[in-house]
Amino acid sequence: MTTKLMGQPVQRVEDQRFLRGGGRYVDDVLAGSASDTGQQVLHAAVLRSPHAHARIVDIDVDAVLDLDGVHAVWTYEDLAGLSAPMADPLPLLIPHPALTHGRTQYALARHEVNYAGEAVAFVVADDRYVAEDALARIHVSYEVLPPVVGIEAARAAEHLVHDDPDDPAGPVPGNVGARLEQSTGDAAAAVAAAPHRLALDLEVERSACTPLEGRGTVARWDPDTDRLQVWTSTQSSTGVRAAVAVKLGLDLGQVDVVTPDVGGGFGVKINHPWPEELLVPLAARALGRPVKFTEDRREHFVSSAHERAQVQHVEVGFDDDGRLLGLDVTFWHDHGAYTPYGLIVPIITSTQLLGPYKPEVYRVVFESLYTNTVMVTPYRGAGRPQGCFAMERTIDAIAAYLGKDRAEVRAVNFIQPDEFPFDQGLIFQDGRELEYDSGDYPQMLEKIKALVGWDEFPAFRAEMAEQGRRVGIGLACYVEGTGVGPYEGAHVHIETTGKVKVATGLTTQGQGHATVFAQLVADELGVRFEDVEVVTGDTRRMPYAVGTFASRAAVMSGSAIHLAAKRAKEKVLRIAADALEADPADLQIVDGVVSVKGSPGAALDLGTVSVLSNPLRYAFDEASKAATQFSVGDPGKPPVAEDDEPGLEGRDFYSPERATFASGMHAVIVETDPDTAEVKILKYAVVHDCGHLINPMIVEGQIHGGVAQGVGGALYERMAYDESGQLLNASFMDFLMPYVSEVPDGIDIDHLETPSPLNPLGIKGAGEAGVIPSAAVFAAAIEDAERIPITAMPISPSELFELRRTHDRPVVEPAETPHPPKETP
Amino acid sequence: MSEEQHDVRLVVNGVTREIRVPARRLLSDALRHDLGLTGTHVGCEHGVCGACTILVDGRPMRACLMLAVSAEGAELTTVEGLTEPDGSLSPVQQAFAECHGLQCGFCTPGFLTTITAGLRENPHPTHDEAREMVGGNLCRCTGYQNIVKAVERAAAITAETAAAVAETAETPEGAAR
Ligand code: FES
Ligand code: FES
Repeated sequence: MTTKLMGQPVQRVEDQRFLRGGGRYVDDVLAGSASDTGQQVLHAAVLRSPHAHARIVDIDVDAVLDLDGVHAVWTYEDLAGLSAPMADPLPLLIPHPALTHGRTQYALARHEVNYAGEAVAFVVADDRYVAEDALARIHVSYEVLPPVVGIEAARAAEHLVHDDPDDPAGPVPGNVGARLEQSTGDAAAAVAAAPHRLALDLEVERSACTPLEGRGTVARWDPDTDRLQVWTSTQSSTGVRAAVAVKLGLDLGQVDVVTPDVGGGFGVKINHPWPEELLVPLAARALGRPVKFTEDRREHFVSSAHERAQVQHVEVGFDDDGRLLGLDVTFWHDHGAYTPYGLIVPIITSTQLLGPYKPEVYRVVFESLYTNTVMVTPYRGAGRPQGCFAMERTIDAIAAYLGKDRAEVRAVNFIQPDEFPFDQGLIFQDGRELEYDSGDYPQMLEKIKALVGWDEFPAFRAEMAEQGRRVGIGLACYVEGTGVGPYEGAHVHIETTGKVKVATGLTTQGQGHATVFAQLVADELGVRFEDVEVVTGDTRRMPYAVGTFASRAAVMSGSAIHLAAKRAKEKVLRIAADALEADPADLQIVDGVVSVKGSPGAALDLGTVSVLSNPLRYAFDEASKAATQFSVGDPGKPPVAEDDEPGLEGRDFYSPERATFASGMHAVIVETDPDTAEVKILKYAVVHDCGHLINPMIVEGQIHGGVAQGVGGALYERMAYDESGQLLNASFMDFLMPYVSEVPDGIDIDHLETPSPLNPLGIKGAGEAGVIPSAAVFAAAIEDAERIPITAMPISPSELFELRRTHDRPVVEPAETPHPPKETP
Repeated sequence: MSEEQHDVRLVVNGVTREIRVPARRLLSDALRHDLGLTGTHVGCEHGVCGACTILVDGRPMRACLMLAVSAEGAELTTVEGLTEPDGSLSPVQQAFAECHGLQCGFCTPGFLTTITAGLRENPHPTHDEAREMVGGNLCRCTGYQNIVKAVERAAAITAETAAAVAETAETPEGAAR
């Protein structure tokens, strides 16, 4: 096969396994009866706080231990007695100078619980049923404290989340974990001096990743070798490995972490270590039996992370064309009870808010606030949906105010194609400058307008109005920094069978890495796609890695794999050139065979080259016979040259200077029901630029999934906390995750490919794109249909109904522009 | 106090299996943890996501809403039992591969069983019927676009295969076979 696989919609290799029920997810590890696995795995369950905020007065576990089938129970006191690291709070993974009051929870709560769902005790039993029976017998006395729920309560700071007098870290005044300001100049002055000014107050509610598979961890301690084997459903195997080693007092070399198949991540599994990721290994070592924890759905809602909630205030000054002269944004970010993932989400909001635009002066300041709710870590999009919402609502408001076409106001503010690299003058989430590498926003706007039928929409609206139907169109643009560092690595090994084994350390949660990475290797090495096997997330195969987040896998590991394959190829050509007595430059590799161009007779297959690469003393089969010392090598030279190594391998790392910036635009046409206020999607269009595509089928799948999550986030999903901090909708019954009936029937997708100059393949990330502009684009379309300013998302039919009532929405047909927001005095 | 155990005989994918379980053991847990048939997944354990869907006497049922003891004697088909006798993929499985109908694969077994039963009942679904057929299963990855395509493609593959078989039967050699 000579056609390049890069850019082809290659069918996924992993599907063969999945479709036969042969996927291996964490709960499948060591499943089955004891006879199959040697040793019956024990099951863990976690006692969780029923209160959002309380002091623990006493925990009585006596009634648990006489329960048949219970092996052990742990509380904080037991951890404190074990080792110092386990008794300390969990790590604060990403410290930042502005995070002056960072707090993380303990693996098991110490004196205080700060959200309903926080881990209090850990039981290990013969099976999960018995473990849960045991939980019911643990008696905890709590002194309930007033909870802080929601941004308003956090800001009011009538009560504090962290004011435990016994907390060595001290209280957190005003519930403010961090305050961070960035600016490119005096934005307030620029706004004040502008010919026109507007102010907007906006709000986005909480949602969550909710992958179909929750979290889970299995661990097995091997007393014969003093080693720990951990399987965990994570987005960072190497991160978990390091954390487990530190917390359990083990050397890194004693811990192996394998990420098996993962049933979706979407961000929630990048945070680590979760309490269970430490407690399960701890229990496995203490009990000398393998231990498994599998989170159930309710637990996932109340103990895994959420995201999204922000309150925003925007002040903007602009000229007659809608050009942004000054943009001054303040927002309040609800980070829940703890800050293990630092300030990543609000930093991303504050920087990526700018999208494809270049306001003359920009200032942003945020406060990251504690509340007595589940903590917040990145969820697909990671703060960008909120930033995009703020920016796009602002542009729509400007257009409405000036009576201009919304697309036109966007266009006058775009960074132009000849302005790249474009430095936005801010510091991004990776500590590097926010410098866009490439893009073509004007062309993209033309594409999305054509795809959705922007110019034809007024006629469509009129036609619908005649039938008494109310429709609206929305448009939203975003830019997404993808492929952030620090690095990823890859190892490519050509075996003597000619098969190619590839390992990269980051993990996979459905992105088809085994396929796309094999495509890259097949192209670079000239081997058959079927002969390439890719392993991800196994620290035994690649101990240096960061993780899968920020749409970075294809960019980072893709580039590393490409580079590693290149190295392996160099070695192939060198050895083959020697053997064939040819110049390496005259060689080609096709379908795993190295030959001299133009003389097909002179050829060697890769397996033979692999044999030649490893001088042997012992023969064990026909192939190895050819590599023993009496058969090959120059007797006058060392069998392995000084600057060489045995084996046919390539290993390399990719570490970019900065992120690469993908971009996209979404447009949607909605119909709102005049009676029920239900929102129906008539058309959804996406134009997307992630540079060169490795596998368009997979990229489109990522977009489909992102759009569906976006629809959920815009119209259905929210975390319904009551004022006491109880999550009222902690089940799939009540948290309205979209079924097929809620997603658009067909998504129109068009691509633009402006390659990234930062990596060898010219690619940009694609994983998160689909979800970023959803809240913005639906708000715009609903506003357009209803002629009521939409300032808070998600929006349910009853909320829209209520808005109609309060705005006294006339039943007559709409005027040409929505009500403009109030001009700043 | 030990729990009372019950002997249960399950016929799974044509094979009779015997297990001893407490009355409260869910069928999904029995399949996964007692029989090691981990293809059936559990996404919610409250009957909403459909990941655990298996065929019970041919009808799609949620294994997380059944007790193992209540499946005594029933014919169960899990995802592991969907492939053709020669080990090749069934039309529904094949269609999922062709249409990129899965990403993480966690919801997939429930969709495969549901659609297998759905197409037996309605082999030629319209587009709306194809959407309806998967309307009770959750997927967080795919946005359902390609799952709906896979339903339609599976129906087409089945029809093509049936037509090919019919054609073979009409030819003299086919008739001879
Ligand atoms: S696990 Fe049975 S329906 Fe979700
Ligand atoms: S493919 Fe991941 S949940 Fe459906």
